[in-house]
Amino acid sequence: MAKTVSLAEAVEDLVHDGDVVALEGFTHLIPHAAGHELIRQQRRDLTLVRMTPDVVYDQLIGMGCARKLVFSWGGNPGVGSLHRLRDAVEHGWPERLELEEHSHAGMAAAYAAGAAKLPFGIVRGYEGTDLAERTRVAWITCPFTGERLAAVPSIRPDVGIVHAQQADEEGNVLLWGISGVQKEVVLASSRSIVTVEEVVSRLEPRPNAVFLPAWVVTAVSVVPGGAHPSYAHGYYNRDNAFYVRWDEISRDRDTFREWMQRQVLQQEATVA
Amino acid sequence: MTQVEALAYTADEMMAVAAARRLRDGTVCFVGIGLPSRAANLARSTHARGCVLIYESGTIGAKPEHLPLSIGDGELAETADAVVSVPEIFAYWLQGGWIDVGFLGAAQIDRCGNLNSTVIGDYERPQVRLPGAGGAPEIAAMCRETIVMLRQEPRAFVEQLDFLTTSGAGVTCVVTDLGVLEPGHDGELTLTELHPGVTTDDALEATGWDLRFAPKPREGDPPNADELEALRTLKPANGNTVS
Repeated sequence: MAKTVSLAEAVEDLVHDGDVVALEGFTHLIPHAAGHELIRQQRRDLTLVRMTPDVVYDQLIGMGCARKLVFSWGGNPGVGSLHRLRDAVEHGWPERLELEEHSHAGMAAAYAAGAAKLPFGIVRGYEGTDLAERTRVAWITCPFTGERLAAVPSIRPDVGIVHAQQADEEGNVLLWGISGVQKEVVLASSRSIVTVEEVVSRLEPRPNAVFLPAWVVTAVSVVPGGAHPSYAHGYYNRDNAFYVRWDEISRDRDTFREWMQRQVLQQEATVA
Repeated sequence: MTQVEALAYTADEMMAVAAARRLRDGTVCFVGIGLPSRAANLARSTHARGCVLIYESGTIGAKPEHLPLSIGDGELAETADAVVSVPEIFAYWLQGGWIDVGFLGAAQIDRCGNLNSTVIGDYERPQVRLPGAGGAPEIAAMCRETIVMLRQEPRAFVEQLDFLTTSGAGVTCVVTDLGVLEPGHDGELTLTELHPGVTTDDALEATGWDLRFAPKPREGDPPNADELEALRTLKPANGNTVS
């Protein structure tokens, strides 16, 4: 059953150095506040998993939390490069970063297989590319048709972290809008943390919403604004101007560190 | 009859218009962000109002009024016919074979239409680490047609890719700021159309291999007033200063 605890407590109890940790949210509902708490608590040697590492992963990597990155597209959407990710890969700063990269279709299948507790996902893909040589895929033959298909090992993180709009007092969670792989990552992970905009007395059923019952969630933390600069549908918009500004902030190591010092390390987790 | 005054436009605008013209009313399009999104939304606001835009965030039939900065801007979800999960959009809709046209960008392309969006330089010690594959390999493989948009210059149109991210086997058309290339019978890209005022020498100079030309490349029409107006009316979403 989900416990409702502060974000600081949730991270302290559930995320350990060396863990495989997936923060998901496909553009929408990216758990930025939880990422910042990982940085404040100085988690190290994490294997960070995420389909679209963007600003929050740039921050985690630049602050030295990651040993390895499993991903399928790493950039600042519509803006350009992630400078901290590039610096780690190109120059080993602040440390070397091991990469395991997939295509979106491969990684989505790997999450779905993880949720189903299957050893691998299947895609018709990777054929004729250099990716196959560089990543963890294997070729299998369909036992019914003989077709050659790519098997992608399932993703089963130690900890899955997502942000949602609402929880109720029992720790049931409701999220809506673009839902990415949030349901899959929570079901695939051994432990999970869900940060929410607010706790409501009753969750109103909504079409197309994702409902995560309290019995599949380990901890719920109330963090209003916890997705910013990403957005929470129905609560606040994506801060596109910040994504554009991040390009400047992150380009230079000192400017980046100074910004992190001021905006993340010196801030307390929003607790409720 | 007065002469119609020639309209001023940029090479990028010509490129967006040339790509948009390839989409028809009712075409189901899987759209990447940046130039492809601009072209697809232009088509939807001019000659192809029924063009169905699908973004990889799971938004099916998105009808944004502003150009989104990301593939998951809120406006895409609000205006979509349906929003599905990311595993579903890739497995059921893309791999399921329901998409007519895929729209991609890349950092490098070779003469067979193979694309690199992974690294410049050596993979282990890259000179430039690029974002990576994203949806591109499966989009190019699964859509009936794949249109690639990129500016034609020697560092992008290369003899040898640094990394093959996406197979060119499914690429049916490449729209650049100079013209349009299409694969010939053997799969090699052939320049079939030049934008107004562009010469074959311009195209040769901008290409890192010995570019093949159709016997008589067509000269494309310049953007008309409606297209230019529609393109310039497509305002970016808040804070988006980059296109």
